[in-house]
Amino acid sequence: MEFFIQQLVNAISLGGIYALLALGLAVVFSIVGLINFAHGELMTVAGYGLFFAIGVSLGLPIAIVVAIFAAVAMALLIERVAFRPMRRADVTGLLLTSFAVSVILRVLFQNGISARGMPVPMPSALAGSIDLGFAHIGVIPLLSIVATAVSLGGLLLFLKHTVVGTAMRAAAQDFAVVRLMGIPANRVVAVAFAVSGVLAGVAAFLWVAQRGSVDPLMGFVPVLKAFVAAIIGGLGGLAGAVAGGFVLGFLEVACQAFLPAAILPYRDAFVLGIVILILVLRPEGLIPAQTGKRS
Amino acid sequence: MLSVEGLKVRYGQIEAVKGLDFTVAQGEIVTLLGANGAGKTSTLAGIAGLAPATGMIRFENQNLIGLRPEDISRRSIALTPEGRRVFPALTVAENLLLGGAMHHKGGSLDATREEMLTLFPILRERYRQRAGLLSGGEQQMLAIARSLMSQPRLLLLDEPSLGLAPKIVDEVFRLIAGLRQKGITILLVEQNAVRALDIADRGYVLVNGRITLQGKGRELAQSDEVRAAYLAA
Repeated sequence: MEFFIQQLVNAISLGGIYALLALGLAVVFSIVGLINFAHGELMTVAGYGLFFAIGVSLGLPIAIVVAIFAAVAMALLIERVAFRPMRRADVTGLLLTSFAVSVILRVLFQNGISARGMPVPMPSALAGSIDLGFAHIGVIPLLSIVATAVSLGGLLLFLKHTVVGTAMRAAAQDFAVVRLMGIPANRVVAVAFAVSGVLAGVAAFLWVAQRGSVDPLMGFVPVLKAFVAAIIGGLGGLAGAVAGGFVLGFLEVACQAFLPAAILPYRDAFVLGIVILILVLRPEGLIPAQTGKRS
Repeated sequence: MLSVEGLKVRYGQIEAVKGLDFTVAQGEIVTLLGANGAGKTSTLAGIAGLAPATGMIRFENQNLIGLRPEDISRRSIALTPEGRRVFPALTVAENLLLGGAMHHKGGSLDATREEMLTLFPILRERYRQRAGLLSGGEQQMLAIARSLMSQPRLLLLDEPSLGLAPKIVDEVFRLIAGLRQKGITILLVEQNAVRALDIADRGYVLVNGRITLQGKGRELAQSDEVRAAYLAA
Protein backbone atom coordinates (compact mmCIF):
# COMPACT_ATOMS: atom_id res chain seq x y z
CA MET A 1 0.00 0.00 0.00
CA GLU A 2 2.73 2.43 1.01
CA PHE A 3 4.62 1.62 -2.21
CA PHE A 4 1.50 2.32 -4.20
CA ILE A 5 0.90 5.69 -2.55
CA GLN A 6 4.52 6.68 -3.01
CA GLN A 7 4.30 5.85 -6.69
CA LEU A 8 1.07 7.78 -6.97
CA VAL A 9 2.72 10.83 -5.44
CA ASN A 10 5.69 10.44 -7.78
CA ALA A 11 3.34 10.21 -10.75
CA ILE A 12 1.43 13.33 -9.77
CA SER A 13 4.59 15.32 -9.12
CA LEU A 14 6.29 14.26 -12.37
CA GLY A 15 3.05 14.71 -14.31
CA GLY A 16 2.71 18.15 -12.76
CA ILE A 17 6.09 19.25 -14.11
CA TYR A 18 5.20 17.97 -17.56
CA ALA A 19 1.83 19.69 -17.28
CA LEU A 20 3.46 23.05 -16.45
CA LEU A 21 5.83 22.75 -19.41
CA ALA A 22 3.14 21.53 -21.80
CA LEU A 23 0.96 24.44 -20.71
CA GLY A 24 3.77 26.85 -21.50
CA LEU A 25 4.04 25.39 -25.00
CA ALA A 26 0.26 25.41 -25.44
CA VAL A 27 -0.25 29.01 -24.28
CA VAL A 28 2.16 30.27 -26.92
CA PHE A 29 0.97 27.84 -29.60
CA SER A 30 -2.68 28.71 -29.11
CA ILE A 31 -1.98 32.38 -29.84
CA VAL A 32 1.00 32.52 -32.18
CA GLY A 33 0.72 29.11 -33.84
CA LEU A 34 4.33 28.44 -32.90
CA ILE A 35 5.81 25.36 -31.20
CA ASN A 36 8.54 27.05 -29.23
CA PHE A 37 11.37 24.52 -29.11
CA ALA A 38 13.41 27.10 -27.23
CA HIS A 39 11.04 26.55 -24.29
CA GLY A 40 13.60 24.14 -22.82
CA GLU A 41 16.17 26.90 -22.78
CA LEU A 42 13.79 29.03 -20.70
CA MET A 43 13.98 26.22 -18.17
CA THR A 44 17.76 26.16 -18.40
CA VAL A 45 17.98 29.93 -17.90
CA ALA A 46 15.82 29.58 -14.82
CA GLY A 47 18.11 26.79 -13.62
CA TYR A 48 21.13 29.06 -13.96
CA GLY A 49 19.18 31.79 -12.19
CA LEU A 50 18.76 29.42 -9.24
CA PHE A 51 22.43 28.48 -9.43
CA PHE A 52 23.68 32.07 -9.30
CA ALA A 53 21.15 33.25 -6.72
CA ILE A 54 21.93 30.37 -4.39
CA GLY A 55 25.63 30.86 -5.15
CA VAL A 56 25.48 34.36 -3.66
CA SER A 57 23.47 32.92 -0.74
CA LEU A 58 20.21 34.71 -1.44
CA GLY A 59 18.14 31.99 0.16
CA LEU A 60 15.79 29.63 -1.62
CA PRO A 61 12.57 31.70 -1.78
CA ILE A 62 14.37 34.66 -3.33
CA ALA A 63 16.33 32.32 -5.60
CA ILE A 64 13.06 30.89 -6.92
CA VAL A 65 11.82 34.40 -7.69
CA VAL A 66 15.11 35.16 -9.45
CA ALA A 67 14.76 31.96 -11.48
CA ILE A 68 11.23 32.80 -12.58
CA PHE A 69 12.23 36.35 -13.46
CA ALA A 70 15.16 35.03 -15.51
CA ALA A 71 12.85 32.74 -17.50
CA VAL A 72 10.29 35.52 -18.06
CA ALA A 73 12.99 37.97 -19.15
CA MET A 74 14.43 35.43 -21.58
CA ALA A 75 10.95 34.60 -22.93
CA LEU A 76 10.23 38.29 -23.56
CA LEU A 77 13.67 38.79 -25.10
CA ILE A 78 13.36 35.95 -27.61
CA GLU A 79 9.83 37.05 -28.49
CA ARG A 80 11.04 40.57 -29.17
CA VAL A 81 14.29 39.71 -30.96
CA ALA A 82 13.51 36.46 -32.77
CA PHE A 83 9.78 35.86 -33.12
CA ARG A 84 8.27 39.32 -33.57
CA PRO A 85 10.19 39.99 -36.80
CA MET A 86 8.95 36.58 -38.00
CA ARG A 87 5.28 37.27 -37.11
CA ARG A 88 4.14 36.94 -40.71
CA ALA A 89 6.25 33.85 -41.40
CA ASP A 90 4.67 30.46 -42.08
CA VAL A 91 4.77 27.48 -39.74
CA THR A 92 8.08 26.19 -41.13
CA GLY A 93 9.75 29.57 -40.71
CA LEU A 94 8.59 29.83 -37.11
CA LEU A 95 9.69 26.27 -36.36
CA LEU A 96 13.18 26.87 -37.78
CA THR A 97 13.42 30.13 -35.84
CA SER A 98 12.61 28.36 -32.59
CA PHE A 99 15.20 25.65 -33.31
CA ALA A 100 17.77 28.33 -34.09
CA VAL A 101 17.05 30.22 -30.87
CA SER A 102 17.30 26.96 -28.94
CA VAL A 103 20.69 26.03 -30.42
CA ILE A 104 22.11 29.54 -30.04
CA LEU A 105 21.14 29.68 -26.37
CA ARG A 106 22.58 26.23 -25.69
CA VAL A 107 25.91 27.22 -27.26
CA LEU A 108 25.91 30.42 -25.24
CA PHE A 109 25.38 28.42 -22.03
CA GLN A 110 28.14 25.98 -22.97
CA ASN A 111 30.69 28.66 -23.85
CA GLY A 112 29.59 31.39 -21.49
CA ILE A 113 29.02 29.34 -18.35
CA SER A 114 30.17 25.76 -18.61
CA ALA A 115 29.47 22.65 -20.63
CA ARG A 116 29.46 20.66 -17.41
CA GLY A 117 26.73 20.49 -14.82
CA MET A 118 26.89 23.03 -11.99
CA PRO A 119 25.76 21.90 -8.54
CA VAL A 120 22.75 23.70 -7.11
CA PRO A 121 22.69 22.85 -3.40
CA MET A 122 19.18 22.63 -2.01
CA PRO A 123 18.36 23.18 1.67
CA SER A 124 18.60 19.89 3.57
CA ALA A 125 14.96 20.23 4.62
CA LEU A 126 13.98 19.40 1.03
CA ALA A 127 15.88 16.10 1.07
CA GLY A 128 13.80 14.48 3.80
CA SER A 129 10.43 12.83 3.81
CA ILE A 130 7.26 13.38 5.76
CA ASP A 131 5.43 10.63 7.64
CA LEU A 132 1.77 11.01 6.75
CA GLY A 133 0.83 8.08 9.00
CA PHE A 134 -0.02 5.74 6.15
CA ALA A 135 3.06 6.45 4.06
CA HIS A 136 6.41 8.25 3.99
CA ILE A 137 6.35 10.84 1.23
CA GLY A 138 9.35 12.81 -0.02
CA VAL A 139 9.31 16.56 0.60
CA ILE A 140 10.24 17.36 -2.98
CA PRO A 141 7.39 15.40 -4.61
CA LEU A 142 4.97 17.01 -2.17
CA LEU A 143 6.42 20.43 -2.93
CA SER A 144 6.04 19.70 -6.65
CA ILE A 145 2.39 18.88 -6.23
CA VAL A 146 1.72 22.02 -4.23
CA ALA A 147 3.69 24.24 -6.62
CA THR A 148 1.90 22.75 -9.63
CA ALA A 149 -1.51 23.22 -8.02
CA VAL A 150 -0.73 26.83 -7.11
CA SER A 151 0.59 27.58 -10.61
CA LEU A 152 -2.41 26.02 -12.33
CA GLY A 153 -4.81 27.82 -10.02
CA GLY A 154 -3.01 31.11 -10.52
CA LEU A 155 -3.06 30.72 -14.29
CA LEU A 156 -6.75 29.89 -14.25
CA LEU A 157 -7.53 33.01 -12.20
CA PHE A 158 -5.37 35.09 -14.52
CA LEU A 159 -7.06 33.79 -17.67
CA LYS A 160 -10.58 34.11 -16.27
CA HIS A 161 -10.44 37.31 -14.28
CA THR A 162 -8.10 39.73 -15.99
CA VAL A 163 -8.72 41.61 -19.21
CA VAL A 164 -5.45 40.51 -20.77
CA GLY A 165 -6.12 36.89 -19.75
CA THR A 166 -9.56 37.07 -21.34
CA ALA A 167 -7.99 38.63 -24.43
CA MET A 168 -5.53 35.72 -24.59
CA ARG A 169 -8.37 33.18 -24.59
CA ALA A 170 -10.12 35.22 -27.26
CA ALA A 171 -6.94 35.49 -29.34
CA ALA A 172 -6.67 31.70 -29.36
CA GLN A 173 -10.07 31.69 -31.09
CA ASP A 174 -9.81 34.69 -33.43
CA PHE A 175 -6.79 36.97 -33.13
CA ALA A 176 -7.87 39.37 -35.87
CA VAL A 177 -11.09 40.23 -34.05
CA VAL A 178 -9.18 40.81 -30.81
CA ARG A 179 -7.18 43.45 -32.67
CA LEU A 180 -10.40 44.96 -34.04
CA MET A 181 -11.38 45.56 -30.40
CA GLY A 182 -8.33 47.82 -30.08
CA ILE A 183 -6.31 45.33 -28.05
CA PRO A 184 -2.66 45.50 -29.17
CA ALA A 185 -1.47 42.24 -30.74
CA ASN A 186 2.06 42.76 -29.45
CA ARG A 187 0.88 43.02 -25.88
CA VAL A 188 -1.18 39.82 -26.06
CA VAL A 189 1.72 37.90 -27.61
CA ALA A 190 4.25 39.27 -25.11
CA VAL A 191 2.03 38.30 -22.17
CA ALA A 192 1.65 34.80 -23.61
CA PHE A 193 5.43 34.45 -23.74
CA ALA A 194 5.77 35.86 -20.22
CA VAL A 195 3.24 33.33 -18.92
CA SER A 196 5.16 30.52 -20.61
CA GLY A 197 8.29 31.87 -18.92
CA VAL A 198 6.68 31.79 -15.46
CA LEU A 199 5.57 28.19 -16.02
CA ALA A 200 9.03 27.20 -17.29
CA GLY A 201 10.60 28.89 -14.25
CA VAL A 202 8.45 26.97 -11.77
CA ALA A 203 9.08 23.71 -13.63
CA ALA A 204 12.81 24.41 -13.68
CA PHE A 205 12.91 24.86 -9.91
CA LEU A 206 11.07 21.56 -9.35
CA TRP A 207 13.35 19.79 -11.85
CA VAL A 208 16.55 21.17 -10.31
CA ALA A 209 15.31 20.44 -6.80
CA GLN A 210 15.17 16.75 -7.69
CA ARG A 211 18.48 16.60 -9.51
CA GLY A 212 20.61 19.12 -7.67
CA SER A 213 22.42 20.46 -10.71
CA VAL A 214 21.97 22.51 -13.87
CA ASP A 215 23.68 22.04 -17.24
CA PRO A 216 23.24 23.55 -20.73
CA LEU A 217 21.08 20.67 -21.94
CA MET A 218 18.89 20.59 -18.84
CA GLY A 219 15.70 21.75 -20.56
CA PHE A 220 15.96 19.57 -23.62
CA VAL A 221 14.54 16.27 -22.36
CA PRO A 222 11.70 17.60 -20.19
CA VAL A 223 10.49 19.93 -22.94
CA LEU A 224 10.61 17.10 -25.47
CA LYS A 225 8.37 15.17 -23.09
CA ALA A 226 6.17 18.22 -22.60
CA PHE A 227 5.80 18.39 -26.36
CA VAL A 228 4.63 14.77 -26.33
CA ALA A 229 2.27 15.65 -23.48
CA ALA A 230 0.86 18.63 -25.38
CA ILE A 231 0.23 16.41 -28.42
CA ILE A 232 -1.49 13.74 -26.33
CA GLY A 233 -3.66 16.42 -24.79
CA GLY A 234 -4.68 17.98 -28.11
CA LEU A 235 -2.24 20.65 -29.20
CA GLY A 236 -3.14 24.20 -28.29
CA GLY A 237 -5.81 23.44 -25.72
CA LEU A 238 -4.82 24.39 -22.19
CA ALA A 239 -6.92 21.77 -20.40
CA GLY A 240 -5.56 19.21 -22.84
CA ALA A 241 -1.96 20.18 -22.09
CA VAL A 242 -2.52 19.63 -18.37
CA ALA A 243 -4.27 16.31 -18.96
CA GLY A 244 -1.52 15.21 -21.35
CA GLY A 245 1.18 16.12 -18.84
CA PHE A 246 -0.41 14.05 -16.09
CA VAL A 247 -1.10 11.10 -18.42
CA LEU A 248 2.54 11.07 -19.48
CA GLY A 249 3.75 11.36 -15.88
CA PHE A 250 1.53 8.47 -14.80
CA LEU A 251 2.66 6.31 -17.73
CA GLU A 252 6.32 6.89 -16.98
CA VAL A 253 6.03 6.21 -13.26
CA ALA A 254 3.83 3.17 -13.83
CA CYS A 255 6.26 1.67 -16.33
CA GLN A 256 9.17 2.46 -14.01
CA ALA A 257 7.45 0.81 -11.07
CA PHE A 258 5.87 -2.22 -12.64
CA LEU A 259 7.98 -3.26 -15.64
CA PRO A 260 10.23 -6.28 -14.92
CA ALA A 261 13.88 -5.34 -14.37
CA ALA A 262 14.97 -7.07 -17.57
CA ILE A 263 12.98 -4.75 -19.84
CA LEU A 264 13.20 -1.62 -17.68
CA PRO A 265 15.85 -0.07 -19.99
CA TYR A 266 13.12 0.01 -22.65
CA ARG A 267 10.80 2.04 -20.44
CA ASP A 268 10.59 5.01 -22.79
CA ALA A 269 9.80 2.70 -25.70
CA PHE A 270 6.85 1.32 -23.75
CA VAL A 271 5.68 4.80 -22.74
CA LEU A 272 5.90 6.15 -26.28
CA GLY A 273 4.24 2.99 -27.59
CA ILE A 274 1.24 3.70 -25.37
CA VAL A 275 1.32 7.34 -26.54
CA ILE A 276 1.10 6.16 -30.14
CA LEU A 277 -1.80 3.92 -29.19
CA ILE A 278 -3.61 6.88 -27.58
CA LEU A 279 -3.09 8.93 -30.73
CA VAL A 280 -4.34 6.11 -32.95
CA LEU A 281 -7.51 5.98 -30.89
CA ARG A 282 -7.82 9.77 -30.51
CA PRO A 283 -5.90 11.45 -33.32
CA GLU A 284 -6.86 14.94 -32.15
CA GLY A 285 -5.71 14.28 -28.60
CA LEU A 286 -7.58 13.74 -25.37
CA ILE A 287 -9.20 17.19 -25.32
CA PRO A 288 -9.07 18.69 -28.83
CA ALA A 289 -8.33 22.40 -28.84
CA GLN A 290 -11.19 24.74 -29.63
CA THR A 291 -10.20 26.99 -32.48
CA GLY A 292 -13.55 28.19 -33.78
CA LYS A 293 -12.05 30.64 -36.24
CA ARG A 294 -15.05 31.65 -38.28
CA SER A 295 -18.62 30.59 -37.85
CA MET B 1 -16.27 62.34 -41.79
CA LEU B 2 -14.81 59.50 -43.85
CA SER B 3 -13.39 60.17 -47.27
CA VAL B 4 -11.89 57.41 -49.37
CA GLU B 5 -9.86 58.16 -52.49
CA GLY B 6 -8.30 55.65 -54.86
CA LEU B 7 -8.58 52.83 -52.34
CA LYS B 8 -6.98 49.58 -53.45
CA VAL B 9 -6.98 46.42 -51.36
CA ARG B 10 -4.89 43.47 -52.38
CA TYR B 11 -4.71 39.91 -51.10
CA GLY B 12 -1.49 38.42 -52.44
CA GLN B 13 -1.86 38.49 -56.21
CA ILE B 14 -5.54 39.33 -56.17
CA GLU B 15 -6.61 42.95 -56.25
CA ALA B 16 -10.03 42.82 -54.61
CA VAL B 17 -10.63 46.58 -54.61
CA LYS B 18 -9.38 48.51 -57.62
CA GLY B 19 -9.56 52.17 -56.81
CA LEU B 20 -12.64 53.34 -54.92
CA ASP B 21 -13.74 56.89 -54.20
CA PHE B 22 -16.54 57.49 -51.77
CA THR B 23 -17.47 59.55 -48.74
CA VAL B 24 -19.53 59.13 -45.61
CA ALA B 25 -20.74 62.27 -43.87
CA GLN B 26 -21.33 62.65 -40.14
CA GLY B 27 -24.64 61.10 -39.12
CA GLU B 28 -25.28 59.29 -42.41
CA ILE B 29 -26.07 55.70 -43.15
CA VAL B 30 -24.25 54.80 -46.35
CA THR B 31 -24.50 51.38 -47.93
CA LEU B 32 -22.14 49.51 -50.25
CA LEU B 33 -24.01 47.10 -52.49
CA GLY B 34 -22.75 44.49 -54.86
CA ALA B 35 -22.65 40.83 -55.72
CA ASN B 36 -20.46 38.27 -53.98
CA GLY B 37 -16.81 39.03 -54.66
CA ALA B 38 -17.45 42.64 -55.69
CA GLY B 39 -15.00 43.83 -53.03
CA LYS B 40 -17.40 45.03 -50.32
CA THR B 41 -15.87 43.07 -47.44
CA SER B 42 -12.35 43.90 -48.65
CA THR B 43 -13.22 47.59 -48.61
CA LEU B 44 -14.27 47.39 -44.95
CA ALA B 45 -11.22 45.25 -44.12
CA GLY B 46 -9.02 47.90 -45.72
CA ILE B 47 -10.61 50.72 -43.71
CA ALA B 48 -10.32 48.72 -40.45
CA GLY B 49 -6.68 47.87 -41.09
CA LEU B 50 -7.23 44.13 -41.46
CA ALA B 51 -6.10 44.02 -45.09
CA PRO B 52 -3.21 45.93 -46.69
CA ALA B 53 -4.64 48.96 -48.46
CA THR B 54 -3.21 51.76 -50.59
CA GLY B 55 -4.67 55.07 -51.60
CA MET B 56 -6.18 57.49 -49.11
CA ILE B 57 -8.59 56.80 -46.26
CA ARG B 58 -9.18 60.07 -44.45
CA PHE B 59 -11.11 59.92 -41.20
CA GLU B 60 -11.60 63.30 -39.56
CA ASN B 61 -8.61 64.57 -41.53
CA GLN B 62 -6.24 61.79 -40.50
CA ASN B 63 -4.99 59.23 -42.99
CA LEU B 64 -5.66 55.68 -41.80
CA ILE B 65 -3.52 53.94 -44.44
CA GLY B 66 -0.80 51.87 -42.81
CA LEU B 67 -2.30 51.94 -39.32
CA ARG B 68 -2.82 48.67 -37.45
CA PRO B 69 -6.34 47.46 -36.59
CA GLU B 70 -5.78 48.27 -32.91
CA ASP B 71 -4.80 51.87 -33.75
CA ILE B 72 -7.85 52.34 -35.96
CA SER B 73 -10.12 50.98 -33.23
CA ARG B 74 -8.76 53.63 -30.90
CA ARG B 75 -9.71 56.32 -33.42
CA SER B 76 -13.36 55.44 -32.79
CA ILE B 77 -13.98 53.21 -35.78
CA ALA B 78 -15.47 49.78 -35.13
CA LEU B 79 -15.98 46.91 -37.58
CA THR B 80 -18.60 44.23 -36.98
CA PRO B 81 -17.17 41.57 -39.28
CA GLU B 82 -19.00 39.30 -41.67
CA GLY B 83 -20.08 36.07 -40.06
CA ARG B 84 -20.33 37.81 -36.64
CA ARG B 85 -17.13 36.21 -35.32
CA VAL B 86 -18.06 36.34 -31.68
CA PHE B 87 -15.61 34.46 -29.43
CA PRO B 88 -17.56 31.20 -29.09
CA ALA B 89 -15.81 29.83 -26.00
CA LEU B 90 -16.14 33.13 -24.11
CA THR B 91 -19.29 34.20 -22.31
CA VAL B 92 -21.48 37.04 -23.52
CA ALA B 93 -20.09 39.09 -20.61
CA GLU B 94 -16.50 38.43 -21.69
CA ASN B 95 -17.23 39.25 -25.33
CA LEU B 96 -18.69 42.59 -24.27
CA LEU B 97 -15.81 43.28 -21.90
CA LEU B 98 -13.21 42.85 -24.65
CA GLY B 99 -15.19 45.13 -26.96
CA GLY B 100 -14.76 48.04 -24.57
CA ALA B 101 -11.65 47.06 -22.62
CA MET B 102 -9.31 49.56 -24.30
CA HIS B 103 -11.79 52.41 -24.64
CA HIS B 104 -12.90 53.25 -21.13
CA LYS B 105 -11.54 54.54 -17.90
CA GLY B 106 -13.12 53.95 -14.51
CA GLY B 107 -16.85 53.41 -14.37
CA SER B 108 -17.73 54.35 -17.94
CA LEU B 109 -17.24 50.73 -19.05
CA ASP B 110 -19.97 49.57 -16.68
CA ALA B 111 -22.29 52.34 -17.85
CA THR B 112 -21.78 51.44 -21.51
CA ARG B 113 -22.33 47.75 -20.75
CA GLU B 114 -25.55 48.60 -18.95
CA GLU B 115 -26.64 50.63 -21.98
CA MET B 116 -25.95 47.63 -24.25
CA LEU B 117 -27.88 45.23 -22.03
CA THR B 118 -30.82 47.62 -22.13
CA LEU B 119 -30.59 47.99 -25.90
CA PHE B 120 -30.28 44.20 -26.33
CA PRO B 121 -32.34 42.58 -23.54
CA ILE B 122 -31.57 39.10 -24.91
CA LEU B 123 -27.91 39.62 -24.00
CA ARG B 124 -28.86 40.24 -20.39
CA GLU B 125 -30.69 36.92 -20.35
CA ARG B 126 -27.72 35.14 -21.89
CA TYR B 127 -25.11 37.13 -19.97
CA ARG B 128 -23.26 34.18 -18.40
CA GLN B 129 -23.64 31.80 -21.34
CA ARG B 130 -20.98 30.99 -23.89
CA ALA B 131 -21.42 32.99 -27.07
CA GLY B 132 -21.12 29.80 -29.12
CA LEU B 133 -24.42 28.61 -27.63
CA LEU B 134 -26.36 31.63 -28.90
CA SER B 135 -28.57 31.50 -31.99
CA GLY B 136 -27.40 33.24 -35.16
CA GLY B 137 -29.56 36.28 -34.49
CA GLU B 138 -28.39 36.52 -30.89
CA GLN B 139 -24.79 36.24 -32.03
CA GLN B 140 -25.35 39.08 -34.47
CA MET B 141 -26.79 41.22 -31.67
CA LEU B 142 -23.77 40.34 -29.54
CA ALA B 143 -21.35 41.18 -32.37
CA ILE B 144 -22.96 44.60 -32.84
CA ALA B 145 -23.11 45.24 -29.09
CA ARG B 146 -19.46 44.24 -28.77
CA SER B 147 -18.56 46.80 -31.45
CA LEU B 148 -20.67 49.46 -29.73
CA MET B 149 -18.85 48.86 -26.44
CA SER B 150 -15.99 50.93 -27.85
CA GLN B 151 -18.41 53.84 -28.36
CA PRO B 152 -17.46 54.23 -32.02
CA ARG B 153 -18.32 57.32 -34.02
CA LEU B 154 -18.13 55.31 -37.25
CA LEU B 155 -19.53 51.78 -37.33
CA LEU B 156 -18.67 49.47 -40.23
CA LEU B 157 -21.26 46.71 -40.54
CA ASP B 158 -20.48 43.75 -42.79
CA GLU B 159 -23.53 41.72 -43.86
CA PRO B 160 -25.40 41.95 -40.57
CA SER B 161 -28.46 40.17 -41.98
CA LEU B 162 -26.59 37.22 -43.51
CA GLY B 163 -28.15 33.88 -42.65
CA LEU B 164 -30.79 35.27 -40.31
CA ALA B 165 -34.51 34.49 -40.24
CA PRO B 166 -36.70 37.24 -41.79
CA LYS B 167 -38.13 38.28 -38.43
CA ILE B 168 -34.62 38.73 -37.01
CA VAL B 169 -33.56 40.63 -40.13
CA ASP B 170 -36.35 43.15 -39.40
CA GLU B 171 -35.04 43.54 -35.90
CA VAL B 172 -31.45 44.05 -37.05
CA PHE B 173 -32.43 46.75 -39.56
CA ARG B 174 -34.65 48.50 -37.01
CA LEU B 175 -31.71 48.48 -34.68
CA ILE B 176 -29.31 49.93 -37.28
CA ALA B 177 -31.76 52.73 -38.06
CA GLY B 178 -31.97 53.36 -34.31
CA LEU B 179 -28.18 53.66 -33.96
CA ARG B 180 -28.26 56.66 -36.26
CA GLN B 181 -30.53 58.39 -33.74
CA LYS B 182 -27.73 57.94 -31.21
CA GLY B 183 -25.39 59.87 -33.49
CA ILE B 184 -23.41 56.92 -34.83
CA THR B 185 -22.40 57.16 -38.47
CA ILE B 186 -22.78 53.86 -40.32
CA LEU B 187 -21.19 52.29 -43.37
CA LEU B 188 -23.26 49.23 -44.18
CA VAL B 189 -22.32 46.40 -46.52
CA GLU B 190 -25.29 44.26 -47.53
CA GLN B 191 -26.48 41.70 -49.99
CA ASN B 192 -30.03 42.51 -49.05
CA ALA B 193 -30.18 45.64 -51.22
CA VAL B 194 -33.88 46.33 -50.68
CA ARG B 195 -33.57 46.50 -46.91
CA ALA B 196 -30.25 48.34 -47.00
CA LEU B 197 -31.50 51.07 -49.38
CA ASP B 198 -34.61 51.39 -47.27
CA ILE B 199 -32.67 52.72 -44.27
CA ALA B 200 -29.68 54.24 -46.10
CA ASP B 201 -29.26 57.90 -46.98
CA ARG B 202 -26.99 57.09 -49.87
CA GLY B 203 -25.59 54.01 -51.57
CA TYR B 204 -22.80 52.90 -53.86
CA VAL B 205 -22.90 49.89 -56.16
CA LEU B 206 -19.67 47.90 -56.54
CA VAL B 207 -18.87 45.67 -59.47
CA ASN B 208 -15.51 43.93 -59.65
CA GLY B 209 -13.81 46.24 -57.20
CA ARG B 210 -15.08 49.48 -58.78
CA ILE B 211 -18.01 51.78 -58.12
CA THR B 212 -20.42 51.72 -61.04
CA LEU B 213 -23.33 53.61 -59.59
CA GLN B 214 -24.12 55.91 -56.70
CA GLY B 215 -26.98 57.94 -55.43
CA LYS B 216 -29.58 58.59 -52.76
CA GLY B 217 -31.08 55.49 -51.18
CA ARG B 218 -34.56 55.85 -52.69
CA GLU B 219 -33.21 56.84 -56.11
CA LEU B 220 -30.94 53.82 -56.28
CA ALA B 221 -33.77 51.54 -55.27
CA GLN B 222 -35.75 52.93 -58.25
CA SER B 223 -32.92 52.78 -60.78
CA ASP B 224 -33.23 50.21 -63.54
CA GLU B 225 -29.68 48.99 -63.18
CA VAL B 226 -30.00 48.22 -59.48
CA ARG B 227 -33.41 46.69 -59.95
CA ALA B 228 -32.10 44.45 -62.69
CA ALA B 229 -28.92 43.43 -60.93
CA TYR B 230 -29.74 43.22 -57.25
CA LEU B 231 -33.42 43.59 -56.67
CA ALA B 232 -34.51 40.99 -59.17
CA ALA B 233 -37.07 38.52 -57.91
